[in-house]
Amino acid sequence: MLVDRKDNSGSESEPLLQMKGLRIEGLSESGWQEIVCGINLELKRGEILGLIGESGAGKSTIGLAAMGYARDGCRIFEGEIIFDGIELRSASESQKRQLRGTRIAYVAQSAAAAFNPAHRLLDQYVEGPVAHGMLSLERAKEKGRALYRSLDLPDPDNIGERWPHQVSGGQLQRMMVAMAMSCEPDLIIFDEPTTALDVTTQIEVLKTIKEIVVDRNVAAIYVTHDLAVVAQMADHLMVLRHGKLVEVNSTGQILKSPQQEYTRNLLGARSRDEKTPTQIPNPQTLLSIDSVTAGYGKGPDILQDISILVERGQTVAVVGESGSGKSTLARVITGLLPTRSGGVSFQGELLPAALNQRQKQQLQKVQMIYQLPDVALNPRQRVRDVIGRPLSFYLGLKGKEKESRIKELLRQIELPENFIDRFPDELSGGEKQRICIARALAAEPELIICDEVTSALDSIVAKAILNLLQRLQNELGLTYLFISHDLDTVASIADQVVVLYAGRIAEQGPKSAVFQPPFHPYTRLLLSSVPEMRQGWLEETLSSRETQAGIAREVKITEKGCPFVERCPVSIEDTCAHARPPIQTTASSGHTFACQHSAKVLLEESEQ
Amino acid sequence: MNNFFKILLSAPFSAKVGMIIITFYLVVAIFAPLIAPYGEYYLATPIAYEVWSSDYWLGTDNLGRDMLSRLIYGARNTLGLALTITILAFLLGGILGMTAAALGGWVDQLLSRVNDVFMAIPSLIFALLILSIFGTSIPYLIGTIVILDATRVFRIARATAMNVAVMDYVEVARLRGEKLGWVIRREILPNIAAPLLAEFGLRFCFVFLFLSALSFLGLGIQPPTADWGSMVRESSTLIAYGDITPLIPAAAIAVLTVAVNFVVDWMLHRSSGLKDVS
Repeated sequence: MLVDRKDNSGSESEPLLQMKGLRIEGLSESGWQEIVCGINLELKRGEILGLIGESGAGKSTIGLAAMGYARDGCRIFEGEIIFDGIELRSASESQKRQLRGTRIAYVAQSAAAAFNPAHRLLDQYVEGPVAHGMLSLERAKEKGRALYRSLDLPDPDNIGERWPHQVSGGQLQRMMVAMAMSCEPDLIIFDEPTTALDVTTQIEVLKTIKEIVVDRNVAAIYVTHDLAVVAQMADHLMVLRHGKLVEVNSTGQILKSPQQEYTRNLLGARSRDEKTPTQIPNPQTLLSIDSVTAGYGKGPDILQDISILVERGQTVAVVGESGSGKSTLARVITGLLPTRSGGVSFQGELLPAALNQRQKQQLQKVQMIYQLPDVALNPRQRVRDVIGRPLSFYLGLKGKEKESRIKELLRQIELPENFIDRFPDELSGGEKQRICIARALAAEPELIICDEVTSALDSIVAKAILNLLQRLQNELGLTYLFISHDLDTVASIADQVVVLYAGRIAEQGPKSAVFQPPFHPYTRLLLSSVPEMRQGWLEETLSSRETQAGIAREVKITEKGCPFVERCPVSIEDTCAHARPPIQTTASSGHTFACQHSAKVLLEESEQ
Repeated sequence: MNNFFKILLSAPFSAKVGMIIITFYLVVAIFAPLIAPYGEYYLATPIAYEVWSSDYWLGTDNLGRDMLSRLIYGARNTLGLALTITILAFLLGGILGMTAAALGGWVDQLLSRVNDVFMAIPSLIFALLILSIFGTSIPYLIGTIVILDATRVFRIARATAMNVAVMDYVEVARLRGEKLGWVIRREILPNIAAPLLAEFGLRFCFVFLFLSALSFLGLGIQPPTADWGSMVRESSTLIAYGDITPLIPAAAIAVLTVAVNFVVDWMLHRSSGLKDVS
């Protein structure tokens, strides 16, 4: 079976993969440019190497080069890539094809995009071994089911008969990892396999990867920008920047004593740095959401009975996994999705439910910043038009006055004035997000809704954006409603936290009360799922009770009972599944959570 | 402007040939009265179907009019009409298509279903029906083909605009309180201009061919106005006697169609964002 390795091929000390002076060029507007500049790399059997860096560091390109492959518009022009004694650059196409799939496998970032939606999962699993003539169809299917079973996938005998859209994102990513194992390769390349996932889902995938790679003694290259994740996996880390090596060392050494400034920055960007709560002399309610229920079309209620108060000058963070209704909440506040019942008031005034009934002034006061700056900026509009439009639309600014205000806004978001004539595709991801912030500021709003504004950015860039938002809040007295699934981000910017689960509020209150200690079992699960920057965290977390109960389950929206019941380690039989959890209060003011257990019971539970 | 010429120069050989041919047609059409040796309706000789000679380079037609002159004026009439029809079809179909995509909901449903009904009628039969009921005057001719072609333009405009309408920047504009016209003109149109422009070239060819087909059937541009379709019909019997004269207006149609397609291919390739990897 899978456990017995091919121990006859080469001795243990021989490197399985070697790269010497690898240089790769990419085609850009101005001709060929070097994107990987002279990388040396050695990987032994059973070792895991983490490649870390921001986007554009060349880490994926190196990962692909390990298969002797260069993307369209890229070319490997110097250096050697030796895989188990075979020089891949001079190997023939058919030789390389034979290697890829059988001895080297690749796991892409988005399993949803990597699976063919028109074929069943098991049929895609068996394609490799059958095409390479390693196994018969029946035998391959049998092995596939056995592998699914050993990876704890639900219903392992039949899950392979499903189509890719019929399993959840985390499961699909795990199926993808399983598929990479179908030919029992010696080397697997993981390209950001968990970046697009929630923290809780990330854990299931990490568990699967760890089982496959560590327990089966496969060599792996793990490409990611998240140091905390790769710290759980890799023996060695290679820090890259602009295609050049910054630092390479064992994982423990890098975490403990980074030698380079850049590595320290990377480490620093991930470490939690808590915001001291903003003190407001006379709290004044800016936005109040009163028992809002909402849903799409004739579908179920995506939001059920949501009540949130947002005070002026504060940051309220809404956290939850995907499918919890966070973005729906933003759509309700902005009027894109009219409520089914309940209402949203702004400055004490009830806002019309639908967008087209709201007045210009009401629209002006609530602005929004999006997750993906790429699609939030019109590629055919210059920065001047993007920022200038709200100025002329809401404030009637024209000509010189408008021009100088645009430049002032650019200064405020820490970009040079000459960016005014640029198109979005001439800006980096972080710069684009800054322009989005400037566009929101241009309207002179009271409230800015930030929908996952840092999720698509590299950690260092994300941190800079958060600092900017914080500075703007201090200077302009802005109020933020901050939607995020990333608890680190939330911890660093929020004053108040609202934890959403399956369209209901699980817990809400001041940040310190919600997170330290967490009361609601779901908040606890979320917190314990955030990777910590130390080795061994994954094993500890996987053995914890919350994680064992909570991972690998789908979010279910229910009308009755507590939606979290299936994932809850402390659920009470019969009661939780049928009765609505009562709202419990704690000693801290404004802190409430929805659970059958009282705060005291939960506190004792968690201390056990 | 400089940039524009740079792009033109970077075009592949086929597109350059296409552009040269189209320019040639345009020059001929615009300066027809200066180029043509005789007038459009001028009965140059009492002899019908005169053979090619130094006086009448391409011979004469059934009424003794100079074929070359008719061919040159034909460029003006057929091209001008086809261009007018295509522009009108794009205005109608494009605006409705983008509106349907931007508004969605029942407006989209209504417009799309009405469009489907028009598309379900075979276009030649529809045109023949309308033109035989209302007569073959130019306004009816234009109106009929505009409606028929607008349905195709509606389809492509709606489909491409749909992809843009779901973008966050369109949502930003709506949240700002922008009117529908602004959203369509400033947010959607600039982003679908490239595929629409390519479709414009193709649509122009189809209109042009359709007009010629109608003229050949006697329902298009009416005599004595010179038009390539009717010229083919009027002299078609000559082919039986081994005279290739009727093939010349037909060739004029074919060459222009090929030329436009060369240019459109190139523009589609550019708008698709594919890069040639050398």
